[in-house]
Amino acid sequence: MKVLQIVETAYRATAEEQDDTVLWFSQVLRGAGAELAILLQGSAVSYAVAAQEAGGLAFGAWRQTQPPNVAAAIAALLGGGVPIYAIEEDLAERGIREEACVTGIKRLPRAQCGELFDRFDRVWHW
Amino acid sequence: MTTLTFVLMDAPFENARTTTALRLIQAALERGVGVNVFAYEGAVSLAFTQQKAHPNAVHGRDAEQENHPLPKEWIAQLIADAKQRGIAFDWVNCGLCVDERGVMEAIPGVRRGSPLDFWKMAQASDNVLVIATK
Repeated sequence: MKVLQIVETAYRATAEEQDDTVLWFSQVLRGAGAELAILLQGSAVSYAVAAQEAGGLAFGAWRQTQPPNVAAAIAALLGGGVPIYAIEEDLAERGIREEACVTGIKRLPRAQCGELFDRFDRVWHW
Repeated sequence: MTTLTFVLMDAPFENARTTTALRLIQAALERGVGVNVFAYEGAVSLAFTQQKAHPNAVHGRDAEQENHPLPKEWIAQLIADAKQRGIAFDWVNCGLCVDERGVMEAIPGVRRGSPLDFWKMAQASDNVLVIATK
């Protein structure tokens, strides 16, 4: 079963969860042998940016020791053979240039989404 | 038997997606469709036994009159309905999400699991509906 995971909302509880929970979920499924691809759209195209750093959260004496590392999660999924697409128009709106992105992410014009969806047995929009 | 898998993510008392999702599940059961639910993130609190009804002073209603909805009761009804109809119904709470939120006590008929349970459900279902939180 080939599955396309659409991720749309960025940084939703990533500080508390120390991960994007949908990317994390995808890593678990991939580890179980699932055939996946990921489409980043809307604010989630920000996950394509390689140079992002979320460390430094502190409350009183509490310090976060394992901040979320979304770029690493993206790279791990790519390295694990999961194709990752990002909607070109959403990247352009946010001024995210190709050279700023994690290597391997495919830019996809929104008009080609239908064609992409057609390649999968299931499309899950998170 | 046709089987559908639903993924729920929203915590109780936060938005209409939860009510709509449970209504879709009820509709599926009424049509003889088997149902799996994977509760992820806040949705693991939907079946928490410690939910408590309260009065409504603004409307001058005591607790009994207010009859405040509790999602755990809705889910218990769905589980009972499925059993009465002889339809398969499986509700799995994501275990790590349960631990984080401290909602260990779930109503009977709800079990603890992991994303791997969801993957098995998805593979065995006719289709999957992910109702994401925003």
